[in-house]
Amino acid sequence: MNRGQILRTIETEQLKKEPPKFNIGDSVRVHTIVKEGVDKEGKSKERIQIFSGIVIARRGSLVNENFTVRRISYGEGVERVFPLHSPRIAKVEVEREGAPRRAKLYYLRDRKGKEAMYVKPKNRALASAEKKSKQKKAKQPAAAAPAAEETPSA
Amino acid sequence: MQIGLLGRKVGMTRVYDEAGKATCVTVIEAGGNTPLEIKTMEKHGYCGVQVGYDDQKPQRLSGQMRAVFKKYGSEPKKRVREFRLLDNVKIEGELDLSVKQFAVGDRVDVIGQSKGKGFQGVVKKHGMAGQPATHGSMMHRRNGAIGNRSTPGRIWKNMGMPGRMGNKRVTVSNLRIAQVREAEGIILVTGAIPGANGSYVVVRPTKRKTNLGGVL
Repeated sequence: MNRGQILRTIETEQLKKEPPKFNIGDSVRVHTIVKEGVDKEGKSKERIQIFSGIVIARRGSLVNENFTVRRISYGEGVERVFPLHSPRIAKVEVEREGAPRRAKLYYLRDRKGKEAMYVKPKNRALASAEKKSKQKKAKQPAAAAPAAEETPSA
Repeated sequence: MQIGLLGRKVGMTRVYDEAGKATCVTVIEAGGNTPLEIKTMEKHGYCGVQVGYDDQKPQRLSGQMRAVFKKYGSEPKKRVREFRLLDNVKIEGELDLSVKQFAVGDRVDVIGQSKGKGFQGVVKKHGMAGQPATHGSMMHRRNGAIGNRSTPGRIWKNMGMPGRMGNKRVTVSNLRIAQVREAEGIILVTGAIPGANGSYVVVRPTKRKTNLGGVL
């Protein structure tokens, strides 16, 4: 085995079998295991702490992969970086899918207020379909009508 | 019995322990250490083991060295080093020169050749503070005064001055073994070790008194 293969084997072993699935721009709730205090049996107590926000970046590979979650907390921007494969990340819930146009959403840092927590929702594909259907509508009004009805539900 | 190992630095990564804590580790490839001459009190006046590591093509060795390896029934090796043992240590049966001689939690020293940094100034090489950058200062990263007056009338030895930095033997002591992978002949030690990836290192049981949970 060469050096790269050795490192890869060691790192691959530690990867989660089912790593949490989410994408950049998603609004997520990250469940982290916090260990604190000691119970009667001498074991450290565990509880789940949730950090919710938007995934603005994902970097690294294998065991070194991590992701950054940004939220506005009491009017102050807060970012937390989580190692994706850490055993202390219990799960990552996706609340709302986003459809950003870039891989790193650092531009959200310059935004204020409601805008700062907003990435275009994932129905962009549907939105464009709607746009097309509207164009079609102009040409043949009857045929495009069902497509237009589908969009709001998504 | 822990003797020591010759190996190569593979690189660094991280491992998670049971508590979910990430530790930075250096991977050392140390398989295929073979014993050569065993030094004894009677014959040599001290105890030790000569160890060979990393196969070498026979044609690249001198005839004498080839004969040495042949004498001890070993393949020709690139690196040979002796590990000193305590006096009057009797070696019985097969010598264990696999990575198995170390267990998780053991403390080791790692010796390697540090990366060469070239000719460096005193600020980088000796951590000196340098002088102000502005306010009319025309002296920025120099070493300042280096001695006294007619007493002692000379410069003290070991005065920090610019010059070649790195590329010398460095020992890092008291590193913890984080993992032993017997099948691959690999050990993982916590923290960094000297040298570039792929460079040769020596792993030996630590010579420091280890402080493990308050017990010396």
